[in-house]
Amino acid sequence: MKKEIIKIQDLKREFTMGTETVHALRGISFSIKEGEFVTIMGSSGSGKSTMLNILGCLDQPTSGTYEIDGVKMKDLSRNQLATIRNEKIGFIFQSYNLLARTSALENVELPLLYNSKVSTEERKERAIKALEMVGLADRMYHTPSELSGGQQQRVAIARSLVNNPVMILADEATGNLDTRTSYEIMSLFQDLNKKGITITFVTHEPDIATFSNRTIVLKDGNIIKDYINENIQSAANELAKLPKQDD
Amino acid sequence: MRLLNLFKIATKAIILNKTRTLLTMLGIIIGVASVIAMLAIGEGSKESIRTSISAMGSNMITIKPGADDKGAVRGSGGDVQTLTLQNYEVIKEKADLLSYITPVVNGSGQIINGSNNWPSSIYGVNPEYLDIKVVGLQSGSMFTDAEVKSASKVVVIGQTVVDNIFPNGEDPIGKMIRFNNIPFKVIGVLEEKGENTFGQDQDDVVIAPYTTVQKRILAIDHLNQIIASSISEDEAPEAVTQVIEILRTEHKLLANQADDFTVKSMEELISTFSSTSEMLTILLVAVASISLLIGGIGIMNIMYVSVKERTKEIGLRMAVGAKGADILMQFLIEAILISITGGVLGVLLGLGSTVFIEKFLNWPTSVALYSIIISFAVCAVTGIFFGWYPAKKAAALDPITALRYE
Repeated sequence: MKKEIIKIQDLKREFTMGTETVHALRGISFSIKEGEFVTIMGSSGSGKSTMLNILGCLDQPTSGTYEIDGVKMKDLSRNQLATIRNEKIGFIFQSYNLLARTSALENVELPLLYNSKVSTEERKERAIKALEMVGLADRMYHTPSELSGGQQQRVAIARSLVNNPVMILADEATGNLDTRTSYEIMSLFQDLNKKGITITFVTHEPDIATFSNRTIVLKDGNIIKDYINENIQSAANELAKLPKQDD
Repeated sequence: MRLLNLFKIATKAIILNKTRTLLTMLGIIIGVASVIAMLAIGEGSKESIRTSISAMGSNMITIKPGADDKGAVRGSGGDVQTLTLQNYEVIKEKADLLSYITPVVNGSGQIINGSNNWPSSIYGVNPEYLDIKVVGLQSGSMFTDAEVKSASKVVVIGQTVVDNIFPNGEDPIGKMIRFNNIPFKVIGVLEEKGENTFGQDQDDVVIAPYTTVQKRILAIDHLNQIIASSISEDEAPEAVTQVIEILRTEHKLLANQADDFTVKSMEELISTFSSTSEMLTILLVAVASISLLIGGIGIMNIMYVSVKERTKEIGLRMAVGAKGADILMQFLIEAILISITGGVLGVLLGLGSTVFIEKFLNWPTSVALYSIIISFAVCAVTGIFFGWYPAKKAAALDPITALRYE
């Protein structure tokens, strides 16, 4: 039995908009085990983003419990949440969110800058290692404007890996990329997952879900489906099937 | 460790926005430079007043008849006849804090040499007068104590008098001139001193033995004033007290009676004038401080824009683990760095312009160390003060909103 990294029970999140209360999440329960590659699917307004914010410790639930790596996320201060994000979660965004005019290496080092336990040397060492993992060792000193979209997303993935998180949280990480590059990135995610890294991938594209081993589908703040993917597609194979490009 | 990282982040942000940072600094640079330059001008004029007064004899003490602070209607000091030659002698004998002392009687009249004449003042003094006034002779010699005793009709004249009654450039030494129709022999010419701080021509003067002036010109027994010099500038206030005590005893004044004379040191005059120039300095600095304040507001403005512009970056930093305090420090350090660098450049510019003012405008300047320290401290405080609000705003951002900000 593998360790449960995420444990969610009867999670509710309500927003008050003037006099009306919006129920974004209406009592959700699930858990994610170590080594899983989970996609959370849903159309807009399904509560996907709210789920992501809570999973990423950027927001707190109205009621219910959320536990990450054994830490209960209840009544924590802003600073405590920041520490958890820094040590336990790796973020990947749709629009990469790299610092402009800053080298790939420095971008990857960023999370470690806020961890006083990591020395300057160790920081650089770990950043280089993370860049090697995503295959960008030769682009370390390039700035985002000198990198392609796919490469920028790889830098962002390296950044999410650098703090050795218990879980990588990706928010529409392939949303800004073309099919070919998306598959490249998904193939990278699959490789990382094979190395034992837990990945939670929020998306609205059904084909992306076929690369994961479990899919949770949200609708109107409820889970309508939660299934293990019996037939996991290999992103590398899909990539090979794409018509060859002429250039 | 953490602070060092934040410092690095802040420096990086500054370097990435060179032009904007420099423009922001400009306000601080101009503010600091003008504070330093203005204070230097103020200090310089204060010093120049001090030196020009010192040139008149900074340890000079003036004793005048009549109280200075009587409420009733007063005549001019000369009308009061409470100062006598005997007073002079007693002071000369008893006041050991004085190095030179001379009685002074003065009157005005017409000086005539042939067909040239000139209205001037005559001062009856003793030879120590030159030491008190710190003035030398350009040619000829000063009259002697013996000539004072015998009330000789000899005079030493100033350059303005020479220019007016000897217009053809002849040597006045040994010539006979007349003052109010009494013939005098010119035995010396005073060194040129020019105008004093109050615009008075110090060379428009005729000096003669006080005995001569008393008996032959004014026909009086009393003295118009006594001037003396204390042994040193520092000793001046005590010398004044000493003279007051001697004169009170001499004039047999009871404890409840006010002085019927006035003793003043040059020091008091200096402080009067210094306070005037101090007012001027305060005014100049006030104007300069306003520009420093505006510089500070400039920093706040830019930091505010910077926070807005980098909202997404702040969101990202928070998402990867930056605490509110980290963001606050990052922006605060940035603001302080901008203002301190601006301060350093401002000090340099201030010193540079001070040199320029001194060299090309010939204004007296004097850079006071305190002006540098103060303007620098103000700079640092400005950075903290005006950087605080935008930094606080950045730190209070909600990471979710910040991340979604476009």
